[in-house]
Amino acid sequence: MSYPTSMTINGTNYAKSVDPRTLLVHFIREECGLTGTHVGCDTSNCGACTVLLDGDAVKSCTVLAVQANNHKVTTVEGLASEDGAFSPVQEGFRQEHGLQCGYCTPGMLMAATALLKEIPKPTEEEIRQNLEGNLCRCTGYEMIVRSVQWAADNPDGVPVAIGESS
Amino acid sequence: MIPAKFDYKPAESKEEALSLLAEYGDDAKLLAGGHSLLPLMKLRLATPEVVVDIGSVDDLSYITDKGDVIAIGALTKHRQVEQSDILKEHVPLLAHTASHVGDPQVRNRGTIGGSLCHGDPASDLPAAILATRATLVISGPSGDRTVTSDDFFTDFWETEVNEDELLTEILIPKYTGEKWGFEKFNRRAQDWAIVGCAVQGGDNPGIGMVNMGSTPVRAAEAENALRSGSSSEEVAGLADSGLTPPTDIHGNESYRRHLAKILVQRALDN
Repeated sequence: MSYPTSMTINGTNYAKSVDPRTLLVHFIREECGLTGTHVGCDTSNCGACTVLLDGDAVKSCTVLAVQANNHKVTTVEGLASEDGAFSPVQEGFRQEHGLQCGYCTPGMLMAATALLKEIPKPTEEEIRQNLEGNLCRCTGYEMIVRSVQWAADNPDGVPVAIGESS
Repeated sequence: MIPAKFDYKPAESKEEALSLLAEYGDDAKLLAGGHSLLPLMKLRLATPEVVVDIGSVDDLSYITDKGDVIAIGALTKHRQVEQSDILKEHVPLLAHTASHVGDPQVRNRGTIGGSLCHGDPASDLPAAILATRATLVISGPSGDRTVTSDDFFTDFWETEVNEDELLTEILIPKYTGEKWGFEKFNRRAQDWAIVGCAVQGGDNPGIGMVNMGSTPVRAAEAENALRSGSSSEEVAGLADSGLTPPTDIHGNESYRRHLAKILVQRALDN
């Protein structure tokens, strides 16, 4: 059995017919070819698969694609502006070296984006609490917390195009 | 890791969900936020043939002040419970407990009704529902019925909700006392509690325990001590009394008994 499923991802509409057991993360990666969203633990622990569903951070390994039918999804590919300028959170991770291997980074970026939308000037404690659903095995979290703080302190970011070095 | 094959039936209303349940019986499972059911399905611990998705039944998502009680729609998400001003004022224990469920992403999807119907003794919200002396409204083919939270959890992962029924509303008496608290002990922030407790004082005190039996349970002897005005130390000393906590990889029975006493004391003193 397949089920007609359509959703808007980063402003583009995708309409596919999928097996209802297809996970949202697989729909995003395999049906839509947006491979920025990572599958980590696949058990809703690690948060690498975090995307925004109607603006709320969710773990896309624990949402069926059909549950997102007719909803809006934002993935890491949707963070930068059309001219390639990084979002403040992306720029913060660059400025403060918020990643090493980069595997958790898409999820961290999405969780941090959701956090700053709700609490524009979070305390360090609030940042740590709101990223509790995202695991990083490289950084020890210090640089990630500083990256989010940088984004909170620089809500306009720094407009550097992807591919250019500064 | 994906679930076994199933037929997907989205329901737009409570009535449509009930008619789908009537049609498919015990082959069907209700899907709300999916944060209890989908992990079970991915592990193939649950293999329903039909999934009835009630996630978009919007009129079962609300928090309303009804005078003596607060009414919460079963599809209200943990995040809404956590952030509700009505609950923070009138049932602070529940709002606070919701803020400790999983992590922000989980709280954005998981629903109070889904968590309660999962009936997991390791979940946080059932303990708060027991402590606040809530009543639960269950809708079925012949109308609505209510059960007390004491009667709701019947066995491990089993509740009073029958296969042709749907939990629709949770009714919680307003709390006017001062003393309340939720504590849990776990290894990492998002882990299940090894032991947890939800405590509320007042004239009819309640102490709900997490992971201290095969169902969510009340610590009745500790409640009696609290009602009669015993010290927090004396109340906490009875936190495991009459309960049979499990032994598993995270802790044995005696460790859980120890944790129960420590946590109830913290909940009463903080």
